[in-house]
Amino acid sequence: MIELNEVFETNEMVLHENLDVRTITMGISLLDCIDPDLDRLCEKVYGKITRYAERLVSVGDDIGLEYGVPVINKRISISPAALIGGAACRGPEDFVRIAETLDSAAKDVGVNFIGGFSALVQKGMTPADRDLIASIPEALARTERVCSSVSLGSTKAGINMDAVRLMGDVVKETAERTKEHDSLGCAKLVVFCNPADDNPFMAGAFHGVTEADCVLNVGVSGPGVVKTALSKVRGESFEVLCETIKKTAFKITRIGQLYAKEASRRLGVPFGIVDLSLAPTPAVGDSIADIICEMGMEYAGAPGTTAALAILNDQVKKGGIMASSYVGGLSGAFIPVSEDRSMAEAAQIGALTLEKLEAMTCVCSVGLDMIAIPGDTPATTISGIIADEMAIGMINQKTTAVRVIPVVGKGVGDTAEFGGLLGDARIMPVNKYGCSDFVNRGGRIPAPVHSFKNRGGRPSPYYFSIGSAEIATDAGRRVLAIAQNRTRKKEKGCRHTKCQRQHKDA
Amino acid sequence: MNRVIVTLVGKDRVGLIASVCTFFANNNINILDIKQTTVQEFINMMMIVDMDGYGGTFESMEKGLEKVGRDIGCTIKAQREDIFNMMYRI
Repeated sequence: MIELNEVFETNEMVLHENLDVRTITMGISLLDCIDPDLDRLCEKVYGKITRYAERLVSVGDDIGLEYGVPVINKRISISPAALIGGAACRGPEDFVRIAETLDSAAKDVGVNFIGGFSALVQKGMTPADRDLIASIPEALARTERVCSSVSLGSTKAGINMDAVRLMGDVVKETAERTKEHDSLGCAKLVVFCNPADDNPFMAGAFHGVTEADCVLNVGVSGPGVVKTALSKVRGESFEVLCETIKKTAFKITRIGQLYAKEASRRLGVPFGIVDLSLAPTPAVGDSIADIICEMGMEYAGAPGTTAALAILNDQVKKGGIMASSYVGGLSGAFIPVSEDRSMAEAAQIGALTLEKLEAMTCVCSVGLDMIAIPGDTPATTISGIIADEMAIGMINQKTTAVRVIPVVGKGVGDTAEFGGLLGDARIMPVNKYGCSDFVNRGGRIPAPVHSFKNRGGRPSPYYFSIGSAEIATDAGRRVLAIAQNRTRKKEKGCRHTKCQRQHKDA
Repeated sequence: MNRVIVTLVGKDRVGLIASVCTFFANNNINILDIKQTTVQEFINMMMIVDMDGYGGTFESMEKGLEKVGRDIGCTIKAQREDIFNMMYRI
């Protein structure tokens, strides 16, 4: 039987700790809309999105009302647009038309964002990929709800440095095209290493090509709930700290699981995954930085912050995994600076620097997120920041991302105001020394050695293969030496004098 | 069975629970359980009700309860039971 304290604890979480389900995102495959005629393509894309997502918003609102935990965002992700538009688009301006079609479909079904104006170019770019990337500044300036992402690297493929270089310019141009709104366009543009096909969160959501025709992915949240739970165990050991985070994450994720199953049933669309995330908002108390402070740091960014974030991320996953039948997406803690009031405050007083944020991205769920930088930051420096982040993702086999906003006309210390969930942020200083000779080299950074996992079936500890050559490892050489020694003993006997004598006598 | 948890929070006075119960009686909603605590002059009350006999939608019941809440000066909230089973039971 339900207990009084359980009910009131839950309602307290909603009323005072900003507990919510952050997003129900419907992933829609548009692969079957591909058409060589642009008009017909746009017609099919608009038709499919509005048909599939017709009831998404009303069902999300109904579920929120009936269970008492609100669903903040209802969103759509689509197959990467570079694949959809490849046959029909003759240039960047044609991709802008696709973006406008997506925007009008999003507005008509009432979702606040549609993601998937994307290209996956971690190994190379097709002409369509190049056109889509070139169209991003115009597309984001002309549309309101379209989000764009570009995958620039992966552990399996390495990093496409040509695309990294290109994206430095694209970020700058996007900022320029939306300068009247503090370069807001860049808040809808993210670059990835190892992107997730089923990520429900924006700006990086897209519907991967291996996904079904239509799925529902749910992103949970609740930094305020974790913070309040931790405030009750101040001074306790790490064991108690970790257990508290795990238990709280379990409860939060169960809501996500329930909502995902219920939305799936009501819409007749399969349930994809629950993304076990702590996603902050600019609301007071809805902050990852507050959790870090609750764990014992004076400000987010102080020494110890990376360790604290690592604990948080890992325990959220451990608590959440058991709570959901399918876990996916980005799963972990987000650290967007402008969207997290206390994070923005820490950046403002200098406790949190870009370099510390980069270190934190090694252990958080994504990467450098919603960071306002000076408008005069060179494109090559932005490419350098992107390359660093891609390298962290590639080597550590994790998703990393960059969403920086070079705010045109503003410098260090000024404030950029994005409004709503995107918040506002003091512009952070960027290392002033250049890296243009590095990023201008062109070509690809090869995949790291630990990406070679599928060569010749079961991996042998004694040999590894490069192409057709088999090379012995140290362990292999040792085993070989022991075997050779044994054969020699059998033939000639042991070299000890006593053994040699016995061998002779025999 | 269509079980819903109804909570009431507010300043205690005569007739609070009677008002809520009257609403349920008038709308053919069966009360399965009632629990409450009173701290100083404030009351926290929880009811488990069965909506099976109710003719309207969840939203209309929620609105009806909201009106009762306004009349008696309390906050009343209705939620489907599943959410608590999910969060607190494995």
